[in-house]
Amino acid sequence: MDFTKFALSMLTLWLITATLLHASPYPSTYRPLASGPVLIVNATILTGTGTRIENGSLLISNGRIQHIQDAVVDMATDQLEVIDAEGRWVTPGLIDVHSHLGVYASPNIDAHADGNEMTSPATAQVWAEHSVWPQDPGFSRALAGGVTSLQILPGSGNLVGGRGVTLKNVPSTTYQGMKFPSAPYSLKMACGENPKRVYGEKGVAPSTRMGNMAGYRAQWIEAQKYIQDWDDYESQKADKKGGKNETATTPVRDLRLETLAGVLKGEILVHMHCYRADEMATILDMADEFGYRVSAFHHAVEAYKINGMLAEKKVCGAMWADWWGFKAEAYDGIQENIAMVDRPEGGCAIVHSDSSEGIQRLNQEAAKAMTRGRLAGMDIPPERAIQWITANPARSMGILDQTGTLEAGKMADVVIWNGNPFSVYAKADQVFVDGTLLYDRNDPVRQPVSDFELGQQLGVEQ
Amino acid sequence: MNCRTCKFRIAPGGLVLLLGLFANANSQAETLFINDATVYSMSSMAALQDGDILIRDGRIESLATGLTPPEDARIIEAKGRPVTPGFFAGITELGLVEISAVESSVDGGLSTDQLRPEFDVTTAYNPLSSAIPVTRIEGYTWSMLGASRSGSIIGGQGQAVSLDGDFQSFAGKRVLFIDVGADASGQSGNSRAAQWMLLERAMTESASEVAWSPDPLLTVAGRTALEGFKTEGIVVFNADRASDILQVIDFSSRHGLNAVISGGTEAWMIADQLAEAGVPVLIDALSNLPGSFDELGARLDNAAILNAAGVTISFYGMDTHQARRLRQVAGNAVANGLPYEAGLAAMTVNPAVMFELDGEYGSLAPGHAADMVIWSGDPLEVTSVAEQVIIDGKIVPMVSRQTLLRDRYLPKDSDMPRAYIKP
Repeated sequence: MDFTKFALSMLTLWLITATLLHASPYPSTYRPLASGPVLIVNATILTGTGTRIENGSLLISNGRIQHIQDAVVDMATDQLEVIDAEGRWVTPGLIDVHSHLGVYASPNIDAHADGNEMTSPATAQVWAEHSVWPQDPGFSRALAGGVTSLQILPGSGNLVGGRGVTLKNVPSTTYQGMKFPSAPYSLKMACGENPKRVYGEKGVAPSTRMGNMAGYRAQWIEAQKYIQDWDDYESQKADKKGGKNETATTPVRDLRLETLAGVLKGEILVHMHCYRADEMATILDMADEFGYRVSAFHHAVEAYKINGMLAEKKVCGAMWADWWGFKAEAYDGIQENIAMVDRPEGGCAIVHSDSSEGIQRLNQEAAKAMTRGRLAGMDIPPERAIQWITANPARSMGILDQTGTLEAGKMADVVIWNGNPFSVYAKADQVFVDGTLLYDRNDPVRQPVSDFELGQQLGVEQ
Repeated sequence: MNCRTCKFRIAPGGLVLLLGLFANANSQAETLFINDATVYSMSSMAALQDGDILIRDGRIESLATGLTPPEDARIIEAKGRPVTPGFFAGITELGLVEISAVESSVDGGLSTDQLRPEFDVTTAYNPLSSAIPVTRIEGYTWSMLGASRSGSIIGGQGQAVSLDGDFQSFAGKRVLFIDVGADASGQSGNSRAAQWMLLERAMTESASEVAWSPDPLLTVAGRTALEGFKTEGIVVFNADRASDILQVIDFSSRHGLNAVISGGTEAWMIADQLAEAGVPVLIDALSNLPGSFDELGARLDNAAILNAAGVTISFYGMDTHQARRLRQVAGNAVANGLPYEAGLAAMTVNPAVMFELDGEYGSLAPGHAADMVIWSGDPLEVTSVAEQVIIDGKIVPMVSRQTLLRDRYLPKDSDMPRAYIKP
């Protein structure tokens, strides 16, 4: 009796575990380090919700933001560390929606080129996380720039590049130890020149922009069929009440179609590399044709030409402040792009990096975009511009309920800057991830060094 | 005679002079008076408060406090804002490239593995490239045209160019570009040792009157061109690893070359040797990652360390379209320990000195070309912009293809398609 009970419960446990594993393989093993409560006082706080608080206080404990207010609170206890941030600014941890750290790691050698599976134009089956090298020195540089979360994407050589992964910017020996708990997956797709060039040169489709469109649409049609096959199978299984069900054959699991189906079901967020305004409009029509949403257009150099359309469709534009001219589809880049995408009601502008250098200076890039917007007549205070590198990327990545703003209950991902972050002279003094101080500019003990960098150039006086 | 033609002191022949006159014929410099500026003249390190600048016939006539504007002068009220010499845009391919990935629009390099020091990119220069106004209106008035994309370790020759948009605006000495280190190993039998072997042989060949061997590295023109750099001209060596930079110092000293280092990621390690040899360095001050095994020592205070050791520094590293980011690079160097005035010098007078153009470019003083910028605020700050650029005493229209695109799309509504908005 007892044994039967035990066996049944074990079976149940096994079934649950197996189901969970199937639902979420390669699970996050990230656990915030233990840290005591921290009270930051006298700070100029940009909350990421569009608000600026002068002389504000922020209480962090148990890895979460406990409260934030516009008064100095006196809560001195033995356990509480109080940081006087007089003259300094506090923002949410920065978030980069477009990074290739780990998949194109430094040094940039062939052995580290793991970001573009350019052997077939549609590779929804590949997952960027399986290429991430956690020892990329770029992670620690980004941390020093205040970046606490980042989305690692496959490259743009393919129409469908594969799954992206959202990481916490925490040093770890495995990528699973960085994986942002319960963040949704993304799918990287690409418009325009790259896929048609890569495959056109190989003499296979696509070699044109119309070929690109035919390529995506064929994928979605297959994904629709895949969903249908599984739905049919499930309903046939359900039909069997009492009767035999020998006709219900389990469809073969297909990694590529599983990811695409995830998009059509709204579980996986589409992040699409797309420069030209006309192409973005065509992609939005395609999304309507197959019933999915584009979360953000990346690079979006011509987004300013269709800013109203993007705002109406609730699609974010993830952009550089001033990159242009490196290829034909980047020829019309202007420095007001970000501000113009931000301007319409509901507009969602994001400053992204796509660069191991740029990710260290998202604040400077936002500052340039803010400046250009102001000169063009738009009123953009710092409390608004900070959203381009915090709340808006979080929104497009599906993690805004957990991070991206300084609000009670959210993850304590926090940066203390040495002054106004919208300056070339600004530096992150301290960076907290889930309430733990992972970077301190003035304390070498709190500055991570990757395995790769350890012990290089011995004998050189630093 | 217009000022810009005076810059042709090195360029040979009357044709060039003629072109210069033609290009300048349609624009007459007026007399300008800049009132009440904070002047960073760079001819002295201290900023001049309440400075006035009188500009006549394209040149600075006087620069002091309390000047009285002449009656015919157009007065520009600076209201205390900073004025600097026109900024140096770095080593670029401005006028040699329209779109980087469009091969037919790129002329900055020669696709051959032969050593062709006679290859001269200035003959491909197009002053009407859209990238020139884009760069110019951000406060940059001159650049070093580089020949650094070639298939061989000797990239070819370039020269300093004014971004005034004229057809012939070159100035100063010829500059030869040589690439050593890991990036160039593929061009030299996959060993950087072979780079020095080939360069040594090229130097020997260049000294010879006749073909040196049945299988020469250099053409006749190449021998002449390379030989010229032993007595005149400047050689820019792109090198990052400390050991490679030391090789450059040694090689240049043996052959009497006037060397400049570009790249210089690990230059800080040998700052004293560079200072002693008088070799200037153009660095990418944002470089703090081991992009290759030549750059393991990358660090953000490279500029600060070199400057403190007495090395003449400037900046380098942006691609051509992003040349306008160079002042942000300088700002970051200042944020990482470089004194502010040294940061400004690295954008102005230092490159003028290293390319032997001081007195013409890079500083403001009576008699110098009137190339300058009025800034909205701190010129190294990302929230400041160039408000007015002046080249050769002429007010530069602050217009580029990008500002026109902006002005076309900035209005929220338009009755007619945007194609009818022609700002």
